[in-house]
Amino acid sequence: MGDIRFYKLLIWINGLLPIGLMVVDWSRGRLGANPIEFFLRATGVMTLVFLALTLSVTPVRSRFGLNQLIKYRRLLGLFAFFYASVHLLTYSVFDKDLSLAAIAADVMQRPFIAIGMAAFALLIPLAITSTKGWVKRLGGKRWARLHKLTYVVAVLGVVHFWMIVKSDIFYPVIFGLIIGVLLAYRLRPLFVSDRKQTVLTKP
Amino acid sequence: MKSAQKIPPSEITPENVYLNRRNFIRAGIAAGSIAATTAIYRYFNPPPVAVPETSDTVQITKSVETTTERKNTFEQITNYNNFYEFSSNKQAVARLAKDFVTRPWTVAVDGLVQKPRIFDIEELLRFEQEERIYRFRCVEAWSMVIPWIGFPLKKLLDVVEPTGSARFVAFETYYSGSSAYEGANLPPPPNGMQSSVLAGIDFPYLEGLRLDEALHPLTILATGLYGKMLPNQNGAPIRLVVPWKYGFKSIKSVVRITLTDSQPPTTWSSAAPDEYGFYSNVNPAVDHPRWPQATERRIGEVEMRPTLLFNGYGDEVASLYAGMDLKKYF
Repeated sequence: MGDIRFYKLLIWINGLLPIGLMVVDWSRGRLGANPIEFFLRATGVMTLVFLALTLSVTPVRSRFGLNQLIKYRRLLGLFAFFYASVHLLTYSVFDKDLSLAAIAADVMQRPFIAIGMAAFALLIPLAITSTKGWVKRLGGKRWARLHKLTYVVAVLGVVHFWMIVKSDIFYPVIFGLIIGVLLAYRLRPLFVSDRKQTVLTKP
Repeated sequence: MKSAQKIPPSEITPENVYLNRRNFIRAGIAAGSIAATTAIYRYFNPPPVAVPETSDTVQITKSVETTTERKNTFEQITNYNNFYEFSSNKQAVARLAKDFVTRPWTVAVDGLVQKPRIFDIEELLRFEQEERIYRFRCVEAWSMVIPWIGFPLKKLLDVVEPTGSARFVAFETYYSGSSAYEGANLPPPPNGMQSSVLAGIDFPYLEGLRLDEALHPLTILATGLYGKMLPNQNGAPIRLVVPWKYGFKSIKSVVRITLTDSQPPTTWSSAAPDEYGFYSNVNPAVDHPRWPQATERRIGEVEMRPTLLFNGYGDEVASLYAGMDLKKYF
């Protein structure tokens, strides 16, 4: 087995392990007193974890010269989409009894639900256009521009998380910092090149 | 070519050894990552903590069932707790609170009363204890049915004799500074308590009731549940239980009760006044920005069930709020 296949397998295993453990625990009545709440919270957090991993690929690649990391980005991004889908499905089935009217009312009444929904809606085109075929069809530049939306999704995801906690903002802050650092890293060239220019214009 | 000659053929790793070593390393990486992922998962979903069976049983004189709905199990009630002094993770509180030694313990009752006093916990445990099976509704849209043990708060207030000007009752939870109170005889803060910064709310935790609410026969000071002394995570050694209000009103581990003439500040309504009111009566018609209050999930059930006005205790308590706009005074 080549390295790439091995590391992809590793992502698959560790990506599916949390949900696997939760399903086993749930079936044995060991997911806490409120298993639905735990499952909902955990799938939301896993979405953020995989979004952060996806967004860290480019900075880590360029910083440490690990070019091969790009091979794993799509898989990481699709895992984010997978957990986001399970998260939304869990809420729809267990909290809203699959009633579209109830979900729509929730979106209207509760800002944090609206933000979560918007984040999920933005993930859908990203998941669809994640194939090689779509990269070709859109052209590399346009595809890359479209997929910058991942940052918007991640920021919305952190805001969504922040709004559901009562006062214990510790984990939302952690995710906010991680996403903030990754975003700052990507935005840095804008400011650095500006500074270079000003340096150059000096005699 | 020279450098190539420096490596004798005997030192070149044979292909099968190289592959074996690579497989060995890969197995190590895979096992390590699986162990790490599992460990992180276990940290967030710890196994439930069993409360020691040695916990003392409490003598009760009678049992009042306000509901015939199925009671939640002892394990559920003792492993899903909002107790921010320990953690905001409801599943972690039981473990973190296990070092909380709640003896010695005193409860100061002061303010607008004829006979202010500091009660030792043993004295309060000698009040006639009865069982009260109550619904318990958390603002987070989950609920339980809990067989509390305790006595009406009124019995304690009768001892200290509130003055004519007393209109409210303020309550305070134990915190790291409580032992410094004058006349208090309280244990030092246990390991496992977290800072107010991490909890995101100010300590000490404060609650309050109107005097008529405090004197209502449904309002009790609980000292136990399921026939046993109150476990730490449920607010040992003594807590308030007001079954028609959201759970956060039922303040835990009480060290001070003060009668006042004006509405006392309460922790959650100070932290987020738009979200949590002073009254916080269970009301399916008053929505919360995050939790739909029209329905609730009974712990142990999958489907949501409708939430009842005053948590189903309207017959007993609605008269306390006659003529009040419950949407304004939420």
